[in-house]
Amino acid sequence: MAHQKLSSRQYFILGLVSLCAPLGDTCLSRGMTHVPEVTLAHPGALIAAVFTPWIIAGIAMLIGFFASYLTALSWADLTYVLPATAFGNVIVALLSHFWLGETISVERWAGIVLITLGVGWVAQGPSLTERPVATVEQEQAQ
Amino acid sequence: MMIPSPAPQTGPWAAAGMIAAVVLLSTAGEVLTAAAMKSIGDLDEIRAHSGLKGAIKAVVSCPLFFAGVSFLALAFFSLLVALNHLNLSLVAPASASLTLVTNAVAGKIFLKENVDRRRWTAAGLVCIGVYLLAH
Repeated sequence: MAHQKLSSRQYFILGLVSLCAPLGDTCLSRGMTHVPEVTLAHPGALIAAVFTPWIIAGIAMLIGFFASYLTALSWADLTYVLPATAFGNVIVALLSHFWLGETISVERWAGIVLITLGVGWVAQGPSLTERPVATVEQEQAQ
Repeated sequence: MMIPSPAPQTGPWAAAGMIAAVVLLSTAGEVLTAAAMKSIGDLDEIRAHSGLKGAIKAVVSCPLFFAGVSFLALAFFSLLVALNHLNLSLVAPASASLTLVTNAVAGKIFLKENVDRRRWTAAGLVCIGVYLLAH
């Protein structure tokens, strides 16, 4: 199977993989900080938290992440998709710096540069391992 | 007044074991999920032919998918256990960066992916980058 270059729609799916997970985690974190302390003695507080806007948004984002992640895995290798998920860390760091005004240390800037280089490097290669048709047919027959 | 006793300090071997459990379980989950999606085929094409319901049916009728999700759930609970004993600043970067490497190895062995020099380099760069970013 000759591998074709990813379409713009497939790049969009990879973008969703990168964006939805960190945004979902951020929404959950923000939502849980505004909820009264959850203890085993009051489990109802946890159930009530699920219906708050930030938690609903976080769960929706994480469902979106899982759906786009599964879609990406159906047409790209795991070792191609995983760096895209790691790029979410960069998005969170940049959002925290430019949106929340948090300070980013030199080590973290170095991390951002390395992840960006790694993702850019792997994205220029083939997204799917080419396999002989006979091998694929043999696997499907098993 | 009773003062709660501090949790027993976790030794280095126990800490390594907890992090290894997170890494290995999540790697198993990722690889099984990836294998499931490869066996199902291109979801975009399935959705174009059978609609969203057809795509969801194709995913949920695949046993490998449930095996993968089960391992991912186990990885999540092992992460909670690790966080109960170890600092987040150790568990998060260590598990995230090591999982990238183990997934590259598992992808090559079990999924027969072509993990060439480009992907090894990218995995290494991202691995170090995640460590620096989360540490």
